[in-house]
Amino acid sequence: MKTTEIAIIGGGPAGLSAAISGASSGAKVTLIDRNYSLGGQLKKQTHKFFGSQKQYASTRGFCIANILEDELKKYGDRVEILTNATVLGLYEDKVITIEQDKQYKKLKPEKIIVATGASEKFLAFPNNDLPGIYGAGAVQTLMNEYGVKPGNNVLMVGAGNIGLIVSYQLIQSGVNVKAIIDAAPQIGGYLVHASKIRRMGIPILTSYTIKYAHGKDAVEKATIWKIDENWEPIPNTEMDFDIDVICISVGLSPLADLLWQIGCKMEYIPELGGHVPIRDDNLETNISGIFIAGDVGGIEEASSAMVEGRLAGLCAAKSLGYYYGDYEEQRKDLIDQLISLRSGPVGDKIRSGLRKVII
Amino acid sequence: MRIDEHPILSFKRVEKIKFVYNGKEYVGFKGDTIASALHAAGIKILGHHPETGRARGFYCAIGNCSSCLMTVNGEPNVRICIEELKEGMVVETQKGKGRLR
Repeated sequence: MKTTEIAIIGGGPAGLSAAISGASSGAKVTLIDRNYSLGGQLKKQTHKFFGSQKQYASTRGFCIANILEDELKKYGDRVEILTNATVLGLYEDKVITIEQDKQYKKLKPEKIIVATGASEKFLAFPNNDLPGIYGAGAVQTLMNEYGVKPGNNVLMVGAGNIGLIVSYQLIQSGVNVKAIIDAAPQIGGYLVHASKIRRMGIPILTSYTIKYAHGKDAVEKATIWKIDENWEPIPNTEMDFDIDVICISVGLSPLADLLWQIGCKMEYIPELGGHVPIRDDNLETNISGIFIAGDVGGIEEASSAMVEGRLAGLCAAKSLGYYYGDYEEQRKDLIDQLISLRSGPVGDKIRSGLRKVII
Repeated sequence: MRIDEHPILSFKRVEKIKFVYNGKEYVGFKGDTIASALHAAGIKILGHHPETGRARGFYCAIGNCSSCLMTVNGEPNVRICIEELKEGMVVETQKGKGRLR
């Protein structure tokens, strides 16, 4: 059976960073991704990132994907990259099963970093299955990766950062955004994004939810209505929008199937987006040798996913005996970066969630 | 439905790729998935629910939701949102759950 020292599952911001830090510590790493190319969701991010220099602030997401991939390839023979390779299973003896090019393969690593990311949540309303009702990530993929418009007139459901950013990107692609609605009484995303949207004349309607999607074979119209402080709809507040796309941006949940399979201890933590694994400060789960990084451990931004990736890679390599004299310094620097990214009122939710799962 | 002008991105559509969808010839570009090429051609109804018959389009576009399954070159249940478009591909909407041949 093929072996490696550290296998990393998922080649997005967390996985790429984990592979870089594992390889730079001296370990042999195998990075596995189910897509044709690496970068994960970074590839469709056209906006400039926040954070600090260390997290590539003011660089556009798709450029960060290229920077990380180039950095990883510097480590030459120590790095093996498997693309178009879907991990099917993760077993007790740490064997990973993989489907690549219609072949079934097995890999036996010494340490595993799971960086599988997240999937988009859905919303319940009548006719929510009509074609033209897409996840915000799907719309981003279609526009920014393939250069195809999702439609002509969009209703965006969700005024968090993703809803706001994707609305702006729709306008950049020449698509009309009729309105952004959110059930919460206030805008969830950063005000800098919201202001940009409002300056373009797009209404952001808070305390509104979708009542009904109309259409036979594809969505043609959406009805929204206002909700009160108990989240109950208020009759006679309905508004109709003629649209051909409803974009759903109501959050993400961790893609933790592999962690369930191998038997990691999982907890339901609403602040982190769903079921997430218990882990220690070094991002190791309760199963020795299984580490996590990024959204699979709790929904956050790509910036913190990259720092977590670096930390998991560093610690996984250390546990194999690969480290340099400045290991403690590097580790402390990464932990400080995470503390700084999660500081202030915007980090309240994350901090409260993490307190329940870090042991 | 292709984006022609974009303030940040440029889409290089150099190599045309011909494929057949439900018996009719269509043209996409190198770099497309089957789903992006179909969507660009205005096709967003990708199938029907095997039991209720309700129209289906994609939802996630990254291979998670399985709402875009089609038969490609005779192979059923292909997630067309992540399947690279190739010259001469034969793409068909699928009736029912699809059977392995």
